[in-house]
Amino acid sequence: MKYSPFSIKHLQQTFGFHFLRFCMGVVILILIVVFHDIFSKGFGIISWEFLTTAPRKGMTEGGIYPAIVGTFYVTVLTTIFSVPLGMGCAIYLNEYAPDSKLTRLIRMSIRNLSGVPSIVYGLFGVALFVELFNLGTCLLASGLTLGLMTLPWTITASEEALKSVPRSYREGSLALGATQWQSIRTNVLPYAVPGMLTGTILGLARAAGETAPILFTGAAFYLPFLPESLSDQFMALPYHLYIMSTQHHAIMQVRPIAYGTALVLIVLVFLLNLSAVVLRYQLRKRYRE
Amino acid sequence: MEIHLDQELQKLNTDLLSLAALTEGAIHKSIEALKAKDQQLAEECIRDDERIDELELKIEEETIALLALFQPMAKDLRFITTGMRINSELERVADLTVNICQRVKDMAARDKVQVAPPADISKLGEIAKWMVRRAIDAFVSGDENQAKEVILKDQEANQLRTTIINHLIDDIMTKDKKTVPQATALLLAARDLERICDQAKYIAEDVIYMIQAKVVKHHPERLSEET
Amino acid sequence: MDQIKVQVKDFNFFYGQAQCLKNISLDIMTHEVTSIIGPSGCGKSTFLRCLNRMNDLIISTRTEGTILIDGTNIYEKDLDVVKLRKKVGMVFQKPNPFPKSIFENAAYGLKINGLKDKNLLAEKVEQSLKNAALWGEVKDRLNDNAFKLSGGQQQRLCVARALAIEPEVILMDEPASALDPIATAKLEELIVHLKERYTIVIVTHNMQQAARISDVTVFLMQGELVEHGKTSEIFTRPMKKVTEEYITGRFG
Repeated sequence: MKYSPFSIKHLQQTFGFHFLRFCMGVVILILIVVFHDIFSKGFGIISWEFLTTAPRKGMTEGGIYPAIVGTFYVTVLTTIFSVPLGMGCAIYLNEYAPDSKLTRLIRMSIRNLSGVPSIVYGLFGVALFVELFNLGTCLLASGLTLGLMTLPWTITASEEALKSVPRSYREGSLALGATQWQSIRTNVLPYAVPGMLTGTILGLARAAGETAPILFTGAAFYLPFLPESLSDQFMALPYHLYIMSTQHHAIMQVRPIAYGTALVLIVLVFLLNLSAVVLRYQLRKRYRE
Repeated sequence: MEIHLDQELQKLNTDLLSLAALTEGAIHKSIEALKAKDQQLAEECIRDDERIDELELKIEEETIALLALFQPMAKDLRFITTGMRINSELERVADLTVNICQRVKDMAARDKVQVAPPADISKLGEIAKWMVRRAIDAFVSGDENQAKEVILKDQEANQLRTTIINHLIDDIMTKDKKTVPQATALLLAARDLERICDQAKYIAEDVIYMIQAKVVKHHPERLSEET
Repeated sequence: MDQIKVQVKDFNFFYGQAQCLKNISLDIMTHEVTSIIGPSGCGKSTFLRCLNRMNDLIISTRTEGTILIDGTNIYEKDLDVVKLRKKVGMVFQKPNPFPKSIFENAAYGLKINGLKDKNLLAEKVEQSLKNAALWGEVKDRLNDNAFKLSGGQQQRLCVARALAIEPEVILMDEPASALDPIATAKLEELIVHLKERYTIVIVTHNMQQAARISDVTVFLMQGELVEHGKTSEIFTRPMKKVTEEYITGRFG
């Protein structure tokens, strides 16, 4: 019964354990390098002025204020478009739709759509909103395109949240003479909505950082003013970053601005994700009580 | 499917059969003692009763434990409750054999005028022995026909007892007063023997309940009903 | 007494291709506790859920035959299932209180059925909690979350919830299977009391429980009704050999 660390079994275990630890180490290391790079090069330029003024002198000086506002606007539009639609769709699929071949096909398509590259959505947005609906390249067209892109995410996440509400809540209320809608409204949604929101926010965070869908549908290279209506073009953080790091005429000169933009974008996405985590925590607390 | 309870029931069955064997032995001894007015045999039979009492207590505990621990249902329940009753009925039979032996001792104490036991007494003894054995056989084999035979036989035992009593009173006691002590003892012994037959009948009735879940006690008409 | 409450006639139930209940005919009497026993998968829960049409929720099920409650066929086309479920309450296998306060749980059925008067609501909640023998334990903490109650209390809360909407029949699907012996004993006591006012049908795995609390016992096997009768008869002298094997534990 004596423990022998050099037996085959124990060696296997030691090797396996260290290999897994190595994998995790690599991931953490990459993350640290990326963060360090962006922070060290971008932090210096961040100032109140950088955050609140427009670019100047061919975008070699000044701030990124229009890009922040533009990203905010387009994210709000995306939310308005995709959240109600996605949640409604999820409720229908999970609560009402019969378990038929068609339903399964629809569900599978939605899952697949969430894997479609964002550039495809961008082109689709051009064809549908810009051309067919004749909206032109504008805030609305971009918001709708991003909304389309996040829909599969919203639906899938919402469905998962609905599935996590125990069957017994539904049966319990139905057995008390509730209609199906009463049962969903009073005994399913209150417990599913926080979870639905969590998933949705993660989707929005991804949308906020996307370049491809807005590239052809509404984002502007440079605008000296803020968008005033839905049919205006707008600047956005990811697109701005893309330009500053690849398209600008004085690319080395604007490098710090590019890093600053990247930092702001990361912080924005981080904040969105953080709010999702907080929501999820609240949700769990509510279930446990 | 064989289950744990089956083993316990088998044990109960074995114990009941031991009790039945001891009781049958006691019946045999008491009848022999009565026929021969053998005091020594009577004493022996009275002493044997202790073992029967002990076994009875043991079986009672066993059955109560089975009810409490297994909460048996249906035929198991009927087997155990029947076992409980047969247990006390056999013990009662053993007590009656002690009574008979007591009569033998009484007769020995009042031996100035001897009265010979009538032939019908040993006939009644044989019937009692047969009924008890047959009732136990019915229990062992689960044969309701054997149980029915026992129940029907009881009538014969009753008549025989009446014949014996009449004979003892009319032909012996009224003719010679001095025979009264011994004749009375014989009369009581005849009554005890008949009571053994009654107990055998009760056992048979219990066996029918166990097999058919049909209560025939106080309802002799149900005996001929088919289930 | 001795009035038929539920009359099941040649009832068949199919789940997809499989037939789960085969030609069941059974009368359930008013103010009696009827227990349904049988091996796992014999269809006893399915049968119970047919009595308030909870099986409607499962896709691709089909029924044949009729179930009459007070003479009305509950499988009629234009029957209002919501009304049926008000009349035929149900308590589930696991205690399933809603993650709301104790009061809200008991008031749920009343509220969704449109009762708004606060005083009346409070009165009815108190009454149903009393009827479920829970009032004394919760009267000082009606606003606590129902999850804070013990399993047995939760289950009695579920009974109270069902009682609040004044049903006539109460279905219980193995209501004590998740409870400890003491909570079970309390629930059984409650069931015996409730039968004065309600007709109770209970599915149970526990034969002793069926023996203790029910007036009538129904033995189902592989979707067929093998035997039914007075509980005292079924447990001392069942007519069929399979019933005997099952209740004496010699089954299979």
